[in-house]
Amino acid sequence: MGETARLLVLVLPFAAAGLLAFVADHRLGARLNATTAGAALLAAVALLLFERPDVGIYFIVDDLNTAFVLLNCFVGFTTAVFSASYIAHELEIGRLTPTFLRFYHAMYQAMLGSMSLALLSNNVGLMWVGVEVATLVTVLMVGIYRTEPAIEAAWKYFILGSVGIALAFFGTILVYLAAQDALGEGMPALAWNRLLAAAPLFDPQLLDLAFVFLLVGYGTKVGLAPLHAWLPDAHAEGPTPISAVLSGLLLNVALFALLRFKLVMAGNPAALTPGPIMVTMGLLSLTFAALMLYRRRDIKRFFAYSSIEHMGITTFAFGMGGPLANFAGLLHMAMHSLTKSAIFMAVGHVAQVKGTQKIEALKGLGATHPILAWGFAVGVVAIAGLPPFGMFTSEFLVVSSTFARTPWLAIPLVLGLLVAFGVLTLRLVGVVFGPPEGPRTPVHASYVPMFAHLLLVLLAGIWLPDPLVRWFQTIAAQLG
Amino acid sequence: MPTLAFDLAHLLAGSMVVSSFVLLYQDRITGVLNVFAVQAVILALAVAFQAWFQDAPHLYVTALIALLVKGIVIPLALHRIVRELGIHREIEKVVGVGLTMLAGLALTALAVLVVLPVTAGAGRIGREDLAFALAVILLGLLMMITRRNAVTQVVGFVSLENGFVLAATGARGMPLVVEISTAFSILIAFIVFGIFLFRIRERFDTVDVHALERFRGD
Repeated sequence: MGETARLLVLVLPFAAAGLLAFVADHRLGARLNATTAGAALLAAVALLLFERPDVGIYFIVDDLNTAFVLLNCFVGFTTAVFSASYIAHELEIGRLTPTFLRFYHAMYQAMLGSMSLALLSNNVGLMWVGVEVATLVTVLMVGIYRTEPAIEAAWKYFILGSVGIALAFFGTILVYLAAQDALGEGMPALAWNRLLAAAPLFDPQLLDLAFVFLLVGYGTKVGLAPLHAWLPDAHAEGPTPISAVLSGLLLNVALFALLRFKLVMAGNPAALTPGPIMVTMGLLSLTFAALMLYRRRDIKRFFAYSSIEHMGITTFAFGMGGPLANFAGLLHMAMHSLTKSAIFMAVGHVAQVKGTQKIEALKGLGATHPILAWGFAVGVVAIAGLPPFGMFTSEFLVVSSTFARTPWLAIPLVLGLLVAFGVLTLRLVGVVFGPPEGPRTPVHASYVPMFAHLLLVLLAGIWLPDPLVRWFQTIAAQLG
Repeated sequence: MPTLAFDLAHLLAGSMVVSSFVLLYQDRITGVLNVFAVQAVILALAVAFQAWFQDAPHLYVTALIALLVKGIVIPLALHRIVRELGIHREIEKVVGVGLTMLAGLALTALAVLVVLPVTAGAGRIGREDLAFALAVILLGLLMMITRRNAVTQVVGFVSLENGFVLAATGARGMPLVVEISTAFSILIAFIVFGIFLFRIRERFDTVDVHALERFRGD
């Protein structure tokens, strides 16, 4: 059963991508897109419930990647549902043509499939291929509007992304070389579980060098400062469903790759400890993004910087290490994915009805579109880290575990959180309240995905079910 | 270890570094493309040599692909694009040639200094090849940074990719090299030519990336 589920998670999206490229009717395409994503979600749930397949040299299913796959498939599915109503509007106003929609749907599935590939692969080379394909596909999606800023964003993303890709690949080669004496040659030498088991025998200096390349390479994808330059543009100029999956999923997948290598590093006592580097980069991203938030005029760019901030917090937590901080990091990552994609769903519809992404033109949303305004407000309150939402729990855990171990690190952390909180509140008040501006045309929105995400975040804030806590605790313990 | 093989491997990998330097100081696009084709041919030779030396026949596939796609198809396609867009003129540089060359020297020295001390245990061919490959990668990056033109940025990127094919084939028995290099060649061909250049052309009547930078993020 587990074997079949794993196969389905991997094969369904790619099969659908091939099929969707030939579906001319965009309504059918959108429906097929959402259905396949839903089926992949079911397969991911099955992966969790049934007995796990054996670890092979290509694929692995363990606690860590099951969590990521489930999150990925869930957000992939809800965003596909949201995307159906989003693109219908884009087609109506002529920003996209049916031909482009065919391309769009095929690429959407290809992206989901390659992310699952990266997550489920046991082979670090294959994992690299997955991250790589997902990146290149999103480059195409970001440029799909073919406006001047969209092409610039896609180009910047392409160049910085490729540099990241190249450096990560070089890092992978170095890992292979470091492991060569212990593991020999050929495909099994790239299997992650073997790398982990044999880590103490590796050449520590070569492993250090490898990690630097991997950190810079995959760190570019995570959007860690100072390697984040592509991220705000790519979020702002692409279609909003893509912004949602970029922020909610792709950044996580890159972080996941880093975590896999962090574990290998931790297994070798003579190699450098990756923790402090990750803590530094995390804090830098958090502080930088929090300071940049205030000056943003474009709402999608604004939330893109907020994504940098939260990826910073997550990286910080994983860098701190230990059961509590790892647990907090994992929870924070999941909460951020759910909340941020919900916010982008709200923002997508808001930008469509108002016809602009400029924040000052979005005033008075509460009066013109109350339901959207509610969704937006709840999302922003959650992302700002206020109770009773799940992000409050995770941020509280990150801060308190930091206080317990290295209090002085908590100062910049809390400072960054407070600054971001202040700006988010300011923008929230500005957008929801105030004199209504712009058109009042009713919106054909699908509210269900957005509110489903927010409900989950709310639930997680009030009550985390025991099995979930135990599951996350197991992962946190594995992450060391 | 046979010394002739050793020398040949170094000669080929070293020539790649030299061709990367030659790429850096070209001031005409056609010149860049010709040197780029030469580099791809050297890469093909280096990979073919590794295939023979390591007795790994699958690497011949990588060599053949490097020769056909990067040595012939991509340069021809780029020549065509350059001709059709009428951009034979000089390439706008961000930094002067002298400074770029100095930076290139520094990067090469860095590559050697970083790789050689930490790979004392690894086989000798793999070791120096790795240093050369890192130098090619860094020089490719430098080229992408110091040139404003979309075509030369693409060339920089592919030359960077040449660097990691060199590194991967130098690592004895590294799996997935053939698959990855094939996938990469196809992706480059599709993405870069099919989509970006034509879109950029369509919108701006220029392939100068500088024109794309009017939009500062705010």
